[in-house]
Amino acid sequence: MTDLLRITDVEVEYRFRGRGRVRAVAGVSLDVAPGQIVGLVGESGCGKSSLARAAVGLTAPSAGEVRYAGRPVTPLGWRRRPGAEIGLQMVFQNPYASLNPRRTIGAQLLDGVAETVTGAARRDRVGELLDRVGMPAAAADRYPHQFSGGQRQRLAIARALAPQPKMIIADEPVTALDASSQAQVVNLLVGLVRDLDMGMLFISHDLALVHEIADVTAVMYLGRIVETAPTRELWRDPRHPYTRALIDAVPQIGPTPRLPGTLAGEVPDPANAPTGCRFRPRCPHAFAPCGDQPPTLQLGGRSAACWLNDPTVAPAAVPAH
Amino acid sequence: MAPLLDVDSLAVTLPGPRGPLPILHDVSLTVDEGELVGIAGESGCGKSLTAQTLLGLLPPGATVTGSARFAGTDLLGLDNRGWRRVRGGGIAMVFQDSTAALHPMLTIGRQLTEHMRVHLRMDRRAANRRAVELLDQVRIPDPERAMRAYPHQFSGGMRQRAAIAIALAARPRLLIADEPTTALDVTVQAGILALLDRLRAETGLAVAFITHDLGVLSALTTRGYIFYAGRVVETGPTGALLTAPTHPYTAALLGARPHGTQAVGTLRPIPGGPPAPGEAPPGCPFQPRCGYAQPSCGTAPPPLAPAGADRSVACVVRPHLEVATR
Ligand SMILES: Nc1ncnc2c1ncn2[C@@H]1O[C@H](COP(=O)(O)OP(=O)(O)OP(=O)(O)O)[C@@H](O)[C@H]1O
Ligand SMILES: Nc1ncnc2c1ncn2[C@@H]1O[C@H](COP(=O)(O)OP(=O)(O)O)[C@@H](O)[C@H]1O
Ligand code: SF4
Ligand code: SF4
Ligand SMILES: [Mg+2]
Ligand SMILES: [Mg+2]
Repeated sequence: MTDLLRITDVEVEYRFRGRGRVRAVAGVSLDVAPGQIVGLVGESGCGKSSLARAAVGLTAPSAGEVRYAGRPVTPLGWRRRPGAEIGLQMVFQNPYASLNPRRTIGAQLLDGVAETVTGAARRDRVGELLDRVGMPAAAADRYPHQFSGGQRQRLAIARALAPQPKMIIADEPVTALDASSQAQVVNLLVGLVRDLDMGMLFISHDLALVHEIADVTAVMYLGRIVETAPTRELWRDPRHPYTRALIDAVPQIGPTPRLPGTLAGEVPDPANAPTGCRFRPRCPHAFAPCGDQPPTLQLGGRSAACWLNDPTVAPAAVPAH
Repeated sequence: MAPLLDVDSLAVTLPGPRGPLPILHDVSLTVDEGELVGIAGESGCGKSLTAQTLLGLLPPGATVTGSARFAGTDLLGLDNRGWRRVRGGGIAMVFQDSTAALHPMLTIGRQLTEHMRVHLRMDRRAANRRAVELLDQVRIPDPERAMRAYPHQFSGGMRQRAAIAIALAARPRLLIADEPTTALDVTVQAGILALLDRLRAETGLAVAFITHDLGVLSALTTRGYIFYAGRVVETGPTGALLTAPTHPYTAALLGARPHGTQAVGTLRPIPGGPPAPGEAPPGCPFQPRCGYAQPSCGTAPPPLAPAGADRSVACVVRPHLEVATR
């Protein structure tokens, strides 16, 4: 299976006048195949959105490469996207980032429909797109503010679908919604991936939600991917202490109150990333080798960047899980 | 012993563009001294309006009926001075968006001490001492330095802790927390939940915690209220409520959320959305979305009726509900 989206050793840097630079993404590789949902999780500020913007070509990576359908994605200010890249679309957390409040939904959907579709067929496409996201055809004549948050997000998805993309990058598409609206939007996205054989990179800080839908989950910490595994395996048997901590922090329903596990400290400022393993200051298992940055170890269909997985240095008594 | 907070048959109507809009109907709830109580439901079900009513923060033109007593005081009969006294020491609030509660141009220390000097009439030195103590209590590292920091220099979790510190400054007996962790990472949320639980244990603080996340409700609170369309539709001990719900809406909310450890790969959204104020159907407000509705559901909104140990439910059908174990 060839990858639809291939992110290789990507770095994203932000420069500040006088204050040097911040490396928000510090060497990330990630692949998404057609029909596959890859979840990307991590705490606020770890670089998820920075990676997403580089992946769709909204910003230029300072190093590394992004390929979509085998061709390099070219960063382009506000220039029109070359035909081949229209297949790569993004859905943002804030639907207003993709919907203009002053234009009708119909007009905005039409913008995305290919110019080769003409006449009455264009109008029909608008109806089809609204139907796909479970909205009535009458929505075409209304404005974004006339819809609830969940409905607006569905309309933003319709806008992203207008050019018939093969790959969707969804950056926290349901974070602002309550559970039922979340489920509606998430089921819609998953259905599209399955029906149309699209690829999807689904970014979220909600690990439980990603657990339900992603085929593969990548965990990001301070600009790096620390663990990647098929989702069920990751949840059942995490190999990185940070993954473990994220899972333990998810509040669970049970017969008596039970507080979720807490993780010491805060995500450090990426401008002052710790040396060695970046998770070291918060890691309950840190040991001598952690003063050096752990390589990403291949563990048979999954990978983790933690010294505990290296039998040549890890004390046998300390499991990562 | 009388509950610390006792709300009975509260109804709130707000002015709307086409006449008055009924928002809360017949809401009754209690919070005991040192108790952690949860309030949950979808967006727009009236959770925040309930909180605003209890803090005297309703928009102008609101009409309120029913009663709300806090530590013997009739809240609904208070004038502005009375409300200031309640907010200055009885009931405090933290919001979802702590950045909105903090002034961006003032240091954290200034905001903490100002509050104490105005509301508690403390002198500068005492206020400073107490401020450092509070920042330490909410586990902000290096409190002396944090006093000189501006809100934007804090992470989201630290800002929420600072907002809690400010809310605690006047030693309230009840803290109303309106989705204080909704915008935060799970790791940061875990820290805030642990903090609230510790404050309850150490100082006897009572907390009314508003959330739309049933996992949070279960993890923190001992008793819960499920709101729908401005009404309480089910209430009881949180564990029982969420492991064996008796209202179809509670069960539907559980089905819509991710399942945590037992992920099953399906989320079951509740079709449609809650009715807008004034647009609820004449019978049970959940009827248009309910898979168990019967003709009898259409006559009048079902009243909250006892349903087993310390539980009440507002459903006339009381169907057998299948709930996935998790
Ligand atoms: N335009 C920018 N200029 C400077 N720094 C930035 C910029 N955008 C992001 N950063 C910094 O880069 C880091 C990663 O930010 P990013 O927005 O990618 O995080 P994220 O993982 O998407 O977080 P969240 O979950 O809060 O959306 C952060 O430290 C952030 O402050
Ligand atoms: N100032 C207001 N004027 C009119 N309607 C309002 C006002 N504030 C909230 N509402 C309406 O009251 C209902 C309950 O709102 P709210 O208490 O904020 O819900 P929740 O906190 O449960 O999400 C919603 O339908 C909302 O649109
Ligand atoms: S490499 Fe060391 S510090 Fe880093 S996660 Fe593994 S055990 Fe912890
Ligand atoms: S009263 Fe009827 S419509 Fe309402 S929740 Fe019960 S079964 Fe459903
Ligand atoms: Mg982001
Ligand atoms: Mg609210």
